[in-house]
Amino acid sequence: MTTPTASDYAVELRDLRKSFGKTEIIRGTSLAVKAGERVAIIGPNGAGKSTLFNLISGRFGPTSGEIRLRGERIDGKAPYEIARRGLARSFQVSNLFTRLSVFENVRCAVLWSMGYRYAFWRFLADLKDANERAEQVLKMIKLERRRNHLAMNLTYAEQRALEIGITIAGGADVVLLDEPTAGMSRSETARFVELIREITVGKTLLTVEHDMGVVFGLADKIAVLVYGEVIAFDTPDAVRANPRVQEAYLGSVLAQGH
Amino acid sequence: MPATSEHLTRRDWIVWLGFAALLVVAPLLWRSSFAQTMLSQIGIAIIACLAYNMLLGQGGMLSFGHAVYSGLGSFIAIHALNLTAKGQLGIPVSLMPLVGGFAGLFFAAILGYVTTKKSGTTFAMITLGIGELVASMSLMIPEFFGGEGGIQGNRVVGTPVLGVNFGPQIQIYYLIALYCFISTAAMYALTRTPLGRILNAVRDNPERVEFVGYSTQHVRYLAFMISGFFSGIAGGLGALNFEIVTSEVVGAARSGGYLLFVFLGGATFFFGPIIGAVLLVIALVLLSELTKAWLLYLGIVFLIMVMYAPGGLASLLMMNLRVAAFGKLHRLWRHYVPLAIAGLIALAGAAAMIEMVYHLQLSQALGPEMQFLGLTLDATGATSWLGALAVFAVGVGLFEWVRRGFGREWNRIQEEIAAEIVRREAA
Repeated sequence: MTTPTASDYAVELRDLRKSFGKTEIIRGTSLAVKAGERVAIIGPNGAGKSTLFNLISGRFGPTSGEIRLRGERIDGKAPYEIARRGLARSFQVSNLFTRLSVFENVRCAVLWSMGYRYAFWRFLADLKDANERAEQVLKMIKLERRRNHLAMNLTYAEQRALEIGITIAGGADVVLLDEPTAGMSRSETARFVELIREITVGKTLLTVEHDMGVVFGLADKIAVLVYGEVIAFDTPDAVRANPRVQEAYLGSVLAQGH
Repeated sequence: MPATSEHLTRRDWIVWLGFAALLVVAPLLWRSSFAQTMLSQIGIAIIACLAYNMLLGQGGMLSFGHAVYSGLGSFIAIHALNLTAKGQLGIPVSLMPLVGGFAGLFFAAILGYVTTKKSGTTFAMITLGIGELVASMSLMIPEFFGGEGGIQGNRVVGTPVLGVNFGPQIQIYYLIALYCFISTAAMYALTRTPLGRILNAVRDNPERVEFVGYSTQHVRYLAFMISGFFSGIAGGLGALNFEIVTSEVVGAARSGGYLLFVFLGGATFFFGPIIGAVLLVIALVLLSELTKAWLLYLGIVFLIMVMYAPGGLASLLMMNLRVAAFGKLHRLWRHYVPLAIAGLIALAGAAAMIEMVYHLQLSQALGPEMQFLGLTLDATGATSWLGALAVFAVGVGLFEWVRRGFGREWNRIQEEIAAEIVRREAA
């Protein structure tokens, strides 16, 4: 067996640390996610899951350590630089362009990746490929019927769907979803997991998730984060059997989830 | 659901042709030289207010110092005009506004680079600082700004083209109208481009924009420069129109005027600033003639609008058009008429008191008696004050009483419209 080279990994974290003041939230996390893998990050509240996403997506810079996207260092880069390299993320609390229509929300997320950038010399109406792509995404997230409504007027579940739509619209091949099903009913969650599975085919997926049903239904691998450290990173079965995980966190929750 | 067309509809064409026609026929309808002066100023103000709203309404950037860019455009344009008169430059008068525009662009590129690094409150503070900086410089460098007297110019320069030398006011009006139409169309077009849309996205949610690949700072900077360009055009036209540029064109009062009237007109709609521009000139030219207390009235109107109609006049208009589109406007008219009457009564009472205060402060040498709406008031007499107070109180009471009935009717209509929309969507 050969050791994989750096670029076999879609996302790689090496001894990542992040402190806020004197409090160290991420304490030397290392993680290597292969291209095309679906990884769920689980852990108790305050374990640093969202902080980890914020570091990878560039919202915060790490205190030390490395973040690599397909082998290339991205730590300390601005969110837009990372987004341009094909990494997109969603937010735990819907983060939309509230006063724009559903269609405009998606189209805004398409424009950069289609190369239109800051163009002020051509009309949006004439950008056939961007408009088609936006319509296609609307179909995928099943919001075609709401296309002309303002994002602020959508229902909660619709806003969650639009949140995912904005995230995947630009065609990023590494997708980070921060608690995509948070606050949804059981039936909504089931449909939503199906949706996530459909729209992330062939992509590398990292997701933070509390619902163990979702985790075991969706993930190829599970990373267990406890107090800023990854204490286990393996297949769902192996993680479930891991005594350290059971001791630290999972035991009872796992039983509930299954 | 069918995709709504984003290309100009027939209705859009009618609106634009109507706008062009209005610009053409306005000076033929109002022929006095006073009317032509006002129309010229309105044309200039439309460009300036639309350019300002590119920041405020489209991009969510609250600038307290935008007169810097229109003002510096004015100064550069009048210097270019004077150099042309001396034969050192050969720029036709009709292109002077563009000189102002490029000056505005140039200064926006330099000063905006600093300003747009930040957003929100910090952005507003920096614009305020830069505004004060330029305003104070205008008095320190008389060679460029002309000191107290300003810089004078003469717009009749070079050989007339087809008999047009821009001497008569009507000729300068049509030059302004042409620039006004083209600038308005260009700024409207911008709202339908990728940059224009992303600018809206930056306004709504700057954080998320960064995660779809855009540098918010770069978006703000580009918008700031484009806004500076159009502000400069307005400045250049101002220089030609007045043939004198004084330091007040870069001052805080001018900057505040843009903010105030764009807000009154309505920052959330593209055409709102056009309404604001008309009001700006009316207030500046007419209201200031009518009463010394005009700034006070303006402040009160602004306060009431901020509190009760934060979308400005444009949003009030659009809300009523929506009601009209559902065929329910006639139900509001019987509330609007009494509302207007009650409002006017309250205004008369308030205005009488305000004018009496101003009379006491400014014109006491003329004695305590003054004329107000055909009545002789005694500014020091208890009867006049009690009378004014009574009129004011009656007006406010009536207004409040009518307003409640109006509010109920308004809510009923909104509910009916919401239900109607749901029905249509289901169908």
